[in-house]
Amino acid sequence: MTQDRTDVPSAQDAPAPSPEEGGGAPASQASSTDDAQARSGLSRRAALGAAGAVAGAAALTAGGFAAGRATASSLQTHAYDFYGAHQSGIVTPQQDRLHFAAFDITTDSRARVISLLRRWSEAAARLMTGSELGSGAAGGAYAAPPDDTGEALGLPASGLTITFGFGPGLFDERFGLASKRPDQLIDLPKFSGDTLDEQFVGGDLCIQACADDPQVAVHAIRNLSRLAFGDAAIRWAQLGFGRTSSTTRAQDTPRNFMGFKDGTANLRAEDTDLVDRWVWADAADGQSWMAGGSYLVARRIRILAEIWDRTSLQEQEATVGRTKGSGAPLSGGSEFTEPDFTVTGRDDVPLIRPDSHVALAHPSANGGAMMLRRGYNFTDGADALGRLDAGLFFLAYVRDPREQFVPIQNALSSHDVMTVEYLRTTGSALFAVPPGLPAGSVLGSEGAYVGQELFA
Amino acid sequence: MPRPALARPLAASGAVLSALALTACVPNASADDEAIAVESTADDCKVASTEVPSGTVVFDVTNSGDDVTEFYLLASDGLRIISEVENVGPGITRQLVVQVPAGDYITQCKPGMTGDGIQAAFTVTDSGEDIFSGDNAERLAAAGDQYLLYVRDQIQTLEDKTEAFLAAYTAGDDDEARALYADARVHWERIEPVAESFGDLDPMMDAREADLAEGESWTGWHRIEKNLWPPAEGYDLTDAEKQELADKLAADTAELAARVNAEDFAIDAFQVGNGAKELLDEVAAGKITGEEEIWSHTDLWDFQANVDGASVAYGVLHDIVAETDADLVEELDSRFAELDDLLAQYGSIEDGFALYTELTEEQIVELARAVDALGEPLSRLTAAAVA
Repeated sequence: MTQDRTDVPSAQDAPAPSPEEGGGAPASQASSTDDAQARSGLSRRAALGAAGAVAGAAALTAGGFAAGRATASSLQTHAYDFYGAHQSGIVTPQQDRLHFAAFDITTDSRARVISLLRRWSEAAARLMTGSELGSGAAGGAYAAPPDDTGEALGLPASGLTITFGFGPGLFDERFGLASKRPDQLIDLPKFSGDTLDEQFVGGDLCIQACADDPQVAVHAIRNLSRLAFGDAAIRWAQLGFGRTSSTTRAQDTPRNFMGFKDGTANLRAEDTDLVDRWVWADAADGQSWMAGGSYLVARRIRILAEIWDRTSLQEQEATVGRTKGSGAPLSGGSEFTEPDFTVTGRDDVPLIRPDSHVALAHPSANGGAMMLRRGYNFTDGADALGRLDAGLFFLAYVRDPREQFVPIQNALSSHDVMTVEYLRTTGSALFAVPPGLPAGSVLGSEGAYVGQELFA
Repeated sequence: MPRPALARPLAASGAVLSALALTACVPNASADDEAIAVESTADDCKVASTEVPSGTVVFDVTNSGDDVTEFYLLASDGLRIISEVENVGPGITRQLVVQVPAGDYITQCKPGMTGDGIQAAFTVTDSGEDIFSGDNAERLAAAGDQYLLYVRDQIQTLEDKTEAFLAAYTAGDDDEARALYADARVHWERIEPVAESFGDLDPMMDAREADLAEGESWTGWHRIEKNLWPPAEGYDLTDAEKQELADKLAADTAELAARVNAEDFAIDAFQVGNGAKELLDEVAAGKITGEEEIWSHTDLWDFQANVDGASVAYGVLHDIVAETDADLVEELDSRFAELDDLLAQYGSIEDGFALYTELTEEQIVELARAVDALGEPLSRLTAAAVA
């Protein structure tokens, strides 16, 4: 390989996604290991310039590293398109790792907020291609700190997506946006059993960074938060180490921290009619600037692992409504068989208990309402008593939280044995996720930015 | 908090008990045990092996038919049930693990759960392994009855002490009410899983503020607790409001007593074992964190009461499990003793406990570790008693 190859996927040469697919379409895909090595070796060298020998060595090392990991996930070399009718990171095939951050806006200046969104948009488009920021991590003025922090140097794009959201605080008196607050962007009510920890609640802005390499996701949040200093500061953040849902039919169903398959019945990118119905906001929903956007519910749900682990298999399966092994509904069949709540066993007792998670969360129990879940397993070490501080970082995209998340969560909080006995929600936030930027948008200090319709 | 495990229809659990009780050894299946595949269809019951050595026998029962099925291992008379799996949905595979002494048996699939099913001979040869083969059905039934007497006794005391507590509260004698609060609640906490099995009563009687959804009304013990131990000024209630809370709690307690004393209310050994485990869960989830009594800080009374209740539930199953799993009994005996000794350092129900806020973080960690040390083996009690 040569150091001056320029086959790094870029926004310009990526195929434009169809309107239905939005920003989730893979812009490029390595077809062989050689390709993967070439791409990964070159991915973050745009700014290395004359440091040829160093760059070459780094490339080889990184290539071997990436090839070694590629067996774990062939998705690592994907680069998704930043541009599209919808932001990426929603119907995009869900990546394995997450770094999520909620921000407080620390400026009172509307112009500074717009400037921040421009910087973020430009940086996000660049990071998603696997490129370094600015003059890079190992270049630029020698007397100045590098523009890029460098920990992703040599790593491929790793399927990174960066998704921006606006919390209720953006619509307070500071920026003259109160009249543009969508009715859907409610202050979430307190649900039964919520034990919220203020350090995991709310936020004026959010960034969801997902990738198939945790270092790439963390690099994105780190560098974007660095770009925000003075205008916004991290309020809280969450790492997720494994996905707990699938957003496309091609993906296997992963397991959550309770050891069960999760998200079997999730909405998928392929269900375009249902996604249009339940995920994408429409101009007719009230605020035209949100057309093509969505609403992101974020909930940090701790699982009382020690107690769950002492529960019999029979009770675990009854609590979920599915078998632990295959994930089949207890009414019979295999994983993707529709649950049949009418099947009864001995003494006419329903095989799927009415207070099971499956029964209560099923669309048939919620007026047909569905959500696109995009959650992650997390662990933040242990608490003061030596118990795992771990669980599900629930992320879900919905068109209207008032008709989807809130009623479903109310039913679960009150009646779902799983929620009542084994889960404690410690964090909660809701964000309006604006639409994506059309292909061909010009970014930069005077250019296009995510959410620009809101400020128009 | 509702715990439907206890509330499930007694008819069904009774059937489980009588069916499972007969050969009640705790079968510790491991991946090494070779499972015998059983395939149940509408008109067939294929059992991959029909002769096995005595000891732990594992059946992988797959329902390949269209109806819900059951699988039984019967004694040679075709009537006595050695063990069974029920409610196997179409396409589902479920494991049956059972300890079987040498002898002649019959396997039976029952697709559709009716009729005589499809039977075949099954032979267990003598492996030389020592197998417990006693019949525990009567002893397990007696254990359930014994535990029910304990529950009814505790509810009676709860009613009496609640009455005295509420009398002091409504009379405006707050000091007396505060003195009686924790001691009365002990009798609720000792039988908490039974009380919680009534999903309508529990939230009205024992909801904590955090359990409420926005706009839900709050009644019961903890509402009164917050009134008696107000976190700040401005939490006063009028006499009428106090009277209303007191009347509601008294009425709900009377209703609980009526249900537990109803002639058809029964508790089986399965529920006793699960109840013991759930009582330790209660400690681990609510008491150890000081969340249960967030205003009065009398969590140690609840803590001790939960452990008492678990200890009684264990006690009625003790002799049965001593025969099926002597190691488990030895471990549970010593873990209960350790936790009781630890709690005794902070007082007793008779003389009162330290407030939870007086404990150091190290002391709470020590208690948490003792709870986990007991909770883990206690979670194996049910299977050891009735599996």
